[in-house]
Amino acid sequence: MFFAVTVGDWLGEVENWVFAVLAIAMVYAAIRVVTTKNVVHAALFLVIALGGSAAIFLLLGAEFVAWTVVMVYIGAVIVLFLFGIMITRAPLGYETKLSHPRRVRIGAALASGALFLLIGGAMLDAFGDDPVPAAIDPTRTSDIGQSIFERFVIPFEVVSFVLLAALIGGIVIARQDPTVEEEEVLQ
Amino acid sequence: MIVAAVPFALWLAAKAVVTLGLMLGVVLVVIWAELKWSAHIQSRVGPWYVGGRYGWLHPIAEALKFLQKEDLVPEAADDKVFRLAPYVMLAGTIATFAIIPIGPTVVARDLDIGIFYLLAISSLSTLGVLMAGWSSANKYSLIGGVRAGAQLIAYELPLILALVAVAIQAGTLSLNGIVAAQTETLFTIGGFDVALPFALSGQFIGFVVFIIASLAELNRTPFDLPLAESELTMGYVTEYSGLRFSMFFLGEYAGVVAMAAVISTVYLGGYWMPGISDDALDWLGPFILVGKIFFIVFLYIWFRWTWPRIREDQLQRMAWKWLIPLTLFNIMATATLKVVL
Repeated sequence: MFFAVTVGDWLGEVENWVFAVLAIAMVYAAIRVVTTKNVVHAALFLVIALGGSAAIFLLLGAEFVAWTVVMVYIGAVIVLFLFGIMITRAPLGYETKLSHPRRVRIGAALASGALFLLIGGAMLDAFGDDPVPAAIDPTRTSDIGQSIFERFVIPFEVVSFVLLAALIGGIVIARQDPTVEEEEVLQ
Repeated sequence: MIVAAVPFALWLAAKAVVTLGLMLGVVLVVIWAELKWSAHIQSRVGPWYVGGRYGWLHPIAEALKFLQKEDLVPEAADDKVFRLAPYVMLAGTIATFAIIPIGPTVVARDLDIGIFYLLAISSLSTLGVLMAGWSSANKYSLIGGVRAGAQLIAYELPLILALVAVAIQAGTLSLNGIVAAQTETLFTIGGFDVALPFALSGQFIGFVVFIIASLAELNRTPFDLPLAESELTMGYVTEYSGLRFSMFFLGEYAGVVAMAAVISTVYLGGYWMPGISDDALDWLGPFILVGKIFFIVFLYIWFRWTWPRIREDQLQRMAWKWLIPLTLFNIMATATLKVVL
């Protein structure tokens, strides 16, 4: 039921070869993110994993989503990660403190394996045999805009409101009001 | 099926080679222009005399100087990241050229979401700069990298917000569409149709803000704090030498050309020029675009050799307190006018 396509068909499609290369690179990078003992290397391997996911979106014809992944994750999140690591402590070489005890590592491996099986099983069950639409619709980006601002406008507004609340909350928590003496000095 | 992909791959390779070749050619001319104009502005003698006349040999002498230097990696540096950083920086810059329309029909790829792609791909260079700053194992490099990071985070916002207003006015994200929107007739004087580029019709604030923010994004004077020779040696490129240094050098100038090309396309009408028929544009277009690029490049060079460097707090204040509110106002005004008119 899951694998109706034969191996020969699978190898005949160029997209599958590209996908295979991307998938191997992503899996390797994802494993290295958790096994490397250097924080900066972990962040850089995360770039490869995220770049791979953007490339898979491109392969599916979802240009807008792909470049959003690049912009938000590689351009903003990873740059902030690296920036944060660099202004706090930027150790060259390897840190021993980063390793967890054996039982934690086994637990984490079991948990992530279970999650992988759950998501993989659910995806195959739902979309297992559905073909990816071959023709790429050039108006897809404007379709996304249309559906966000017409059909899903209320959820969109709610999400922006939640984000705004989180932003203000973050400022309130991080902000330190000057004490009375400091206030006098400032004036 | 695999055979069917071969023409596509060949076509892709051809486009990449042509884009790269054009880019490198223009970049070499821009490096020469910087040497010449800096010599005129600051009375530097080298670029006047090298090679006998006009200093034509100077850029070649510079290139040879870089080629013969040893490719050093500091002992304490993080070897792999250190070696990879220049490539990441250069890749992010070169990828910009893929969507610049150099003529009505000549464009490597007319992306539906052109501007968005532009902003996404340029963040790769930031990554390269941070990698270089961290992996050099040098405090000057690290400070330079941190400064570059802070600066790029601050100035990416006005850059994006300025382009948002352009997208609203043009009604599209595609760069070809934006050029086309600038060729539409605004009004008629005595039977002569007048069409204005966005810099002159509604986006003047955006144009000025974009030029300022792009200077900061390129780490050029007066925003060259990440490199600041007088305090940080050379910032994040301190430890680089030989070929890898020249890759950073090339990346810097490729960035200048890319930014100038984006400004010319988005604000100055790109390959289009009033009074030239559509047939003539097919072969004149690229020359018009290069002319506009060199106008912007001239501004960049002029600023660099005549202005002092500003301070870190001034730089941050300018971005957050002036440029971002200005661009937000610009977006509001543009959106209102778009609805009213």
